[in-house]
Amino acid sequence: MSEQLTFQKGLRDGIPICLGYLSVSFAFGMMAAQGGMPVWVALLISMTNLTSAGQVAGTSLILAGGMYLEIAVTTFVINIRYMLMSLSLSQKVDEAMTTFQRWVLSFGVTDEIFAVAMQQKGEINARYFSGLICLPYCGWALGTFLGAAATGILPESLRSALGIAIYGMFLAIIIPPSRTSKPIRRVVIFAGILSCVFTWTPGLNQLSSGWVIILCAVVASALAALQYPIAKEAQT
Amino acid sequence: MNYPYVLTGIFIMALVTYIPRMLPLAVFRKKIENPFIQSFLAYVPYAVLSAMTFPAILSSTASGWSAAAGLVAAILLAYKGKGLLTVAIGATAVVFLVEQGMVLAGIG
Repeated sequence: MSEQLTFQKGLRDGIPICLGYLSVSFAFGMMAAQGGMPVWVALLISMTNLTSAGQVAGTSLILAGGMYLEIAVTTFVINIRYMLMSLSLSQKVDEAMTTFQRWVLSFGVTDEIFAVAMQQKGEINARYFSGLICLPYCGWALGTFLGAAATGILPESLRSALGIAIYGMFLAIIIPPSRTSKPIRRVVIFAGILSCVFTWTPGLNQLSSGWVIILCAVVASALAALQYPIAKEAQT
Repeated sequence: MNYPYVLTGIFIMALVTYIPRMLPLAVFRKKIENPFIQSFLAYVPYAVLSAMTFPAILSSTASGWSAAAGLVAAILLAYKGKGLLTVAIGATAVVFLVEQGMVLAGIG
């Protein structure tokens, strides 16, 4: 019998995400404040967006006085990956989850919350998912507030080092299963290489990072699904 | 600060962030039976995270060298099965140390 997916377990699983978010949103808060935004505006962005890359790109555009259309398209493209995640989640959640619950809980679909939710065995219910979202949401808001309020206090050397924190978390999610599963290992390596190719090849690097992520993820996952179909009920 | 512009911009950002998150989860109520799509969706998380990490991780700090050192540290720690937070802090610490070392050596 596996551990029950309760609200409390969700809260517990959210702690490491929350701590990771504190440092990342701290960096976001500093960036917004350095660009001249008041603390409450930076906080408002974090509390209504709850996303890293899209938020940073959108905020830079606002600070630069970009057009609304430009803000919308850039943010949307970076966030299209959430459609893939949300689609993955739709197959993983309890069918009893109501439409209202889906509307509310989908607000909390982030890369890390998604990754942790998908690691659970079996179906995910609304109680667990809401618990999982709580602390990361608070951490994201608190970190933004502290970063915006404390701009300039943290030395540049520490700010630079914290830039890698979020990627460290990603690696901690993808590497352990890559050790034990050959298909996952191949997906990870192939998607990573493809992403490098798109970033470094002249011409191809004109594509925005949002599209690159989508393209790499779709190609790598589709190839793996063809080559290594997963037997029903054996999904991890 | 031009508040009407900034607040409208924030509202637009929030909307285009929420919609892609909400639509699939709200629309797809039935389990997809197709084995290809099932397998595809099971691999998506790993592919997405890998594509987001590489090569972006190399430009996430002040220098490509410190980032590379942090990457190696993160891979080693993750390979040993350390948790999310340990890996993140370990990589951060290595980047910090390497950058301080570079400053001391006069190449930073």
